[in-house]
Amino acid sequence: MDTLNILLLGFISIVIINNLVFTKFLGICPYLGVSGRIDMAFGMGLAVTFVVTLSGTLTWLIDHLVLMGTAFEVTRYVCFILVIAGAVQLVEMYVRKFFPTLYESFGIFLPLITTNCAILGLCLFINLWGIDNLLEAVVLSFGAGIGFTMAICIMAGIRENLNLADVPQCLKGAPITLITAGILALAFMGFAGMISSS
Amino acid sequence: MANSSESRTELYGQTFIAGLWRENPVFRLLLGMCPTLAVTAAVKPALTMGCCVIFVLLCSNIIVSLMRNLLKPHLRILMFALTISTFVTIADLFLKAFQPRMSEVLGPYVPLIIVNCIIICRAEACASKNTLFVSIIDAIGMGLGFTLTLCVLAGIRELLSTGKIFELQIMPDAFVPWAAMSMPVGAFITLGLLLALVNALTKRQKT
Repeated sequence: MDTLNILLLGFISIVIINNLVFTKFLGICPYLGVSGRIDMAFGMGLAVTFVVTLSGTLTWLIDHLVLMGTAFEVTRYVCFILVIAGAVQLVEMYVRKFFPTLYESFGIFLPLITTNCAILGLCLFINLWGIDNLLEAVVLSFGAGIGFTMAICIMAGIRENLNLADVPQCLKGAPITLITAGILALAFMGFAGMISSS
Repeated sequence: MANSSESRTELYGQTFIAGLWRENPVFRLLLGMCPTLAVTAAVKPALTMGCCVIFVLLCSNIIVSLMRNLLKPHLRILMFALTISTFVTIADLFLKAFQPRMSEVLGPYVPLIIVNCIIICRAEACASKNTLFVSIIDAIGMGLGFTLTLCVLAGIRELLSTGKIFELQIMPDAFVPWAAMSMPVGAFITLGLLLALVNALTKRQKT
């Protein structure tokens, strides 16, 4: 019961309160780049969720079983980036072979994910927060992906409507997107303090 | 002979200036947004971050430029990532040893330099095609452009959120600090307005 409680709290906190995009500024590049249309944004969100869950789990396992056991923590960053790049490559091959339609809809997003800061950022945060339970690490990484998907879909919805609005010339494109993101972050600040821990 | 050396100097100058303004990584290419937004609550961490990025960018550009003839196309991104993460580890350990307080403030954003798009972009677009010297100049120009941008953004945010820069009181006593400027909201909106300003300025230049 207690574990379930912790897992649930962790999940809600990473989706809403500590949302990677609005409070940690992770994954801003794809957030600005592919939030133009809602279906593309959703595809990106799904791809990120998939890879982040996989690599969050893998890096936790490698960190705890291999690096900490052999006192090789210096190479942590090198290992993490290798795991992420490998996971992306693996997912790409697997999806292309077994789900060709899904692969078509992911398109160029899959290779782009390697350099998405949200993935490496989450792996580092799991390490920083000292999560020492595999289940918790899995739930947190999945929640981070869901949080990213939610943020990018909200943004895409707003931007589709912004296309019809009369925006001053110099604010068009990235500036108005950033200002909208700022207002969204303000809204998400309202959730802060809902859960006091972590 | 004199002519060609002159044109070469001009090329170096052009490469250097490009990073500062014409191809400024943040304002023009919209690269490396994460650290730009995350570490600019005050000038000091922004400056530290800028120095780390210059160091990593310079070293990785040198290495990539030296091994550009050995790179296999399908493995090159992986090679870039490995080179970059090695230098980031060095920078991170250095900060932890000599600037422990700064290292705590910056937290995971130092290792996140690995996935900073600026560095991979420069490795791909410049260092893997050009000679060593051009790559070095490009790295310094881009790094300085990035650092300057960070400092401008951090300066505005620190001034408005605390009324001082580097512990130096600038605003009059009657000034009420805007707490929101040090939070994520301030980061997003300040950067948005700065980008709009840059857009407006370049448009006036053209017409």
